[in-house]
Amino acid sequence: MKLELRGITKRFGPLVANDSIDLVVEPGQIHALLGENGAGKSTLMNVLFGLYQPDAGEILLDDVAQHFSGPGQAMAAGIGMVHQHFMLIPVFTVAENVMLGHEPSKFGVIDLPEARRRVREISDRFGFDLDPDAIVEDLPVGLQQRVEIVKALSRDAKVLVLDEPTAVLTPQETDELMVTMRQLADHGTSIVFITHKLREVKAVADLITVIRLGRVVGSAAPTASTDELASLMVGRDVELTVRKGAPKLGGEAFVVDGLTLFSPTGQRLLDDVSFTIHEGEVLAIAGVQGNGQTELAETIVGLREKAQGSIRLYGDEIIDDSVKQVLEAGVGFVPEDRKVDGLVAEFTVAENLMLDRSGTGPFTKGLSIDFAHRDAFADTAIAEFDIRTPGPQTLVGRLSGGNQQKVVLARELGRELKLLVASQPTRGVDVGSIEFIHERIVQVRDSGVPVLVISTELDEVIALADRIAVMYRGAIIDIVPADTPREQLGRLMAGVHE
Amino acid sequence: MSQTESAASPAPAATRPPRPSRGPRPTFAEVLHDVAAGGVTRIIAAIVLSLAIATVFIVFTNEAVLGTLGYFFTRPGDFFGAAATAIGDAYVAMFRGAIYNTRADTFAAGIKPLTESLRFAGPLIAAGLGIALTFRAGLFNIGGQGQMIMGAVWSAWAAFQLHLPYGVHLVVAVIFGLVGAGLWAGIAGWLKAKTGAHEVIVTIMMNYIAISLTTYLMRTPVLHDMSGSSNPTTRPPDPTAVFPPLIGGYDLRVSFVLCIAAVAVYWWLMERSPLGFRLRMVGLNPDAARAAGINTGRMTIVAMVLSGLFVGLAGINQSLGRDGNFGPGIDSGIGFDAITVALLGGSRAMGVLFAGILFGALKAAGPTMQLANVPPEILGVIQGLIVLFIAAPPLVRAIFRFLPEPREITDIATGQKPQLEQKEGE
Repeated sequence: MKLELRGITKRFGPLVANDSIDLVVEPGQIHALLGENGAGKSTLMNVLFGLYQPDAGEILLDDVAQHFSGPGQAMAAGIGMVHQHFMLIPVFTVAENVMLGHEPSKFGVIDLPEARRRVREISDRFGFDLDPDAIVEDLPVGLQQRVEIVKALSRDAKVLVLDEPTAVLTPQETDELMVTMRQLADHGTSIVFITHKLREVKAVADLITVIRLGRVVGSAAPTASTDELASLMVGRDVELTVRKGAPKLGGEAFVVDGLTLFSPTGQRLLDDVSFTIHEGEVLAIAGVQGNGQTELAETIVGLREKAQGSIRLYGDEIIDDSVKQVLEAGVGFVPEDRKVDGLVAEFTVAENLMLDRSGTGPFTKGLSIDFAHRDAFADTAIAEFDIRTPGPQTLVGRLSGGNQQKVVLARELGRELKLLVASQPTRGVDVGSIEFIHERIVQVRDSGVPVLVISTELDEVIALADRIAVMYRGAIIDIVPADTPREQLGRLMAGVHE
Repeated sequence: MSQTESAASPAPAATRPPRPSRGPRPTFAEVLHDVAAGGVTRIIAAIVLSLAIATVFIVFTNEAVLGTLGYFFTRPGDFFGAAATAIGDAYVAMFRGAIYNTRADTFAAGIKPLTESLRFAGPLIAAGLGIALTFRAGLFNIGGQGQMIMGAVWSAWAAFQLHLPYGVHLVVAVIFGLVGAGLWAGIAGWLKAKTGAHEVIVTIMMNYIAISLTTYLMRTPVLHDMSGSSNPTTRPPDPTAVFPPLIGGYDLRVSFVLCIAAVAVYWWLMERSPLGFRLRMVGLNPDAARAAGINTGRMTIVAMVLSGLFVGLAGINQSLGRDGNFGPGIDSGIGFDAITVALLGGSRAMGVLFAGILFGALKAAGPTMQLANVPPEILGVIQGLIVLFIAAPPLVRAIFRFLPEPREITDIATGQKPQLEQKEGE
């Protein structure tokens, strides 16, 4: 079946999540939708699946316009979706999961043998090797995903949407999935493959559409080079310039040595990471999302346990310190996701500005919180950081992203720092605030504090960095000067090291 | 949706424990938060609605009204007359039982129902504060019953076993009760912090353990006077350890003052102290709390222990607010009613105070209403309906259209909260 999206636009308030997106998927084609997190891929697929109504544009199946007011209609029309997080009932068998929602019945009784037969039939056709009577939770993740695929196929899906299907898979399972995808396509199924991983796209896609900031920024054949794709993904349209002088380097201040971290399941998340930051220097970590940057920041501030190696701040070992100890040692932390780790949305601006200092210090007086100091600090921070808020007692959840981020920054910069760790400091932030936040980070650098910036935005990395470390698969693949050409950085981000 | 993507992202990322708020449905904690944060209008609407339904119940359980139904179509007026009488009688009885007895000879006797309402309200307020505290900290303490029993039994033990002078004895007995209840609740917090055992399950089980354990001990010399009856009871407290009456001639005791003081303590703790700030932070966003250097496990234990102290005060109120001994039913269901009180009070100090007084009044009104031919179960129905309406905000909003939409709505399609900020794209 041919799927066509024409001029799909979806707005959330002032934000345009999808801006007039066109996409054509031919029958039997594997069409990769490539884009960074937040580019608008999932919104587009939710529109396709009837979960969102587009503000403009139309969906066509075999050149017939469709209107889906819910997933049920989309499925009936032949669209199947395999979500990143499986929609399976863990204690049910494979057959039970597959028939769920459209149970075959005989004389009003569920016809389980028929469901089993269907699973076996589809499973055999594609060599899936699925036992209809296996309990889903006993299956490895890769097989669970196949159950999802069988579920979609059993409803006669002609267009299959795979949303970040490899995020949860091991490399071997990923390879198997690609074989499966190719088989399905050869049987005439159209596949939309959503991902941000370049290697997979190149391996399996027939055609690649790159989405950035809600817009289609280009199409490419899988033969396109990785750095071509990477530069399309991270974009070049916004040139960010930060006025900054040459760094006045002091001594070695922050040293990470042989840092290695395993997940509870034994995955290697950080692989022998070593770097040094001097006083008055910005080291920026570049890399495609999900190559260990999150874990690196979290390990430094103490959110991850059982890391091996060494993290030294002015000679003091802090690898085993608790978050509290790390913060008290003078580490400022701007987490990558302010809504999750940085702010309490239901707290006021003033309360959020003292979030990590409720224990001791100037914000307490005797047994009570020092409300006078809290409010005075809030007034100062609002003025100094130009936080656009009706007042210090406004709930922080009501502010715009940029102003929320300024609250985080004002809090973290509001005390004596020995190190600043800023993860994605301007993600989801308006352009005006980006400039402001960048200037403040440079100010911190110029005051002689070592700064670690982690960003998936190459522009941001280049704008802020004095040196750039590129992460790939949990390891630092290289540390290069800030004036390294983008093309070379793109290659490093794709894991190509010359 | 970037969190969703990054949370389970490629090879190196995949391991952060799944974040509660990303699922397709709101989590237990989010529902809890929504319910606990009930607005004043919504709460009043819930009470009005419950009373309205209770009124229907009153009408159709009244024998005189039922008699008129047989010939409703010939003389409908009789039905409405009887219904009006039934409703009038019931609410007059409620007033006489809970606030002022208009049939009394003197003012002193007339006002007695009000003191009774307050007497019933005291432990409801104290226990309600305890449950409310856990709501604010993102926990759900269903173990009020067990914690009350522990508070009652430990204080009772000190009251009959230790022999101390007036004043000192009472204080010591109170401290014993608080310690007992606090430790008992702390076990659930400790289990949650160390093993992840869900506090709802654990506290329910701890209720059973508390009841059975004390029932057993009430048959042994530890608590029981073996020369007396064989019913499981404690020994009666020394008079030195019993709360004296607040005003002569009424059953309202000094313990009521402690319960009121607890309201002030709770307010200060939650709204003014750094500890309360941290408890609320953990309740609203445990991830941010962790990133702010807060040991969330320790906060869970602290929240449960503090909760146990408030609930324990209710138990002490029961055990030392009387001159005689008591059996294992000492909690009188207050441990569970406290959940309703906390919900109704929106987990705020003043809210719990008023909710406690309301429920105390309903309890006090029971006997008089029964005399007015209203089944006493109606009061339970009212309580149940109030909880139902408060716990189902969309239901109340559907009935009362004028109520404002909640500030945060969970998007049914994605299970995400629509963000007020500029979004990142998805």
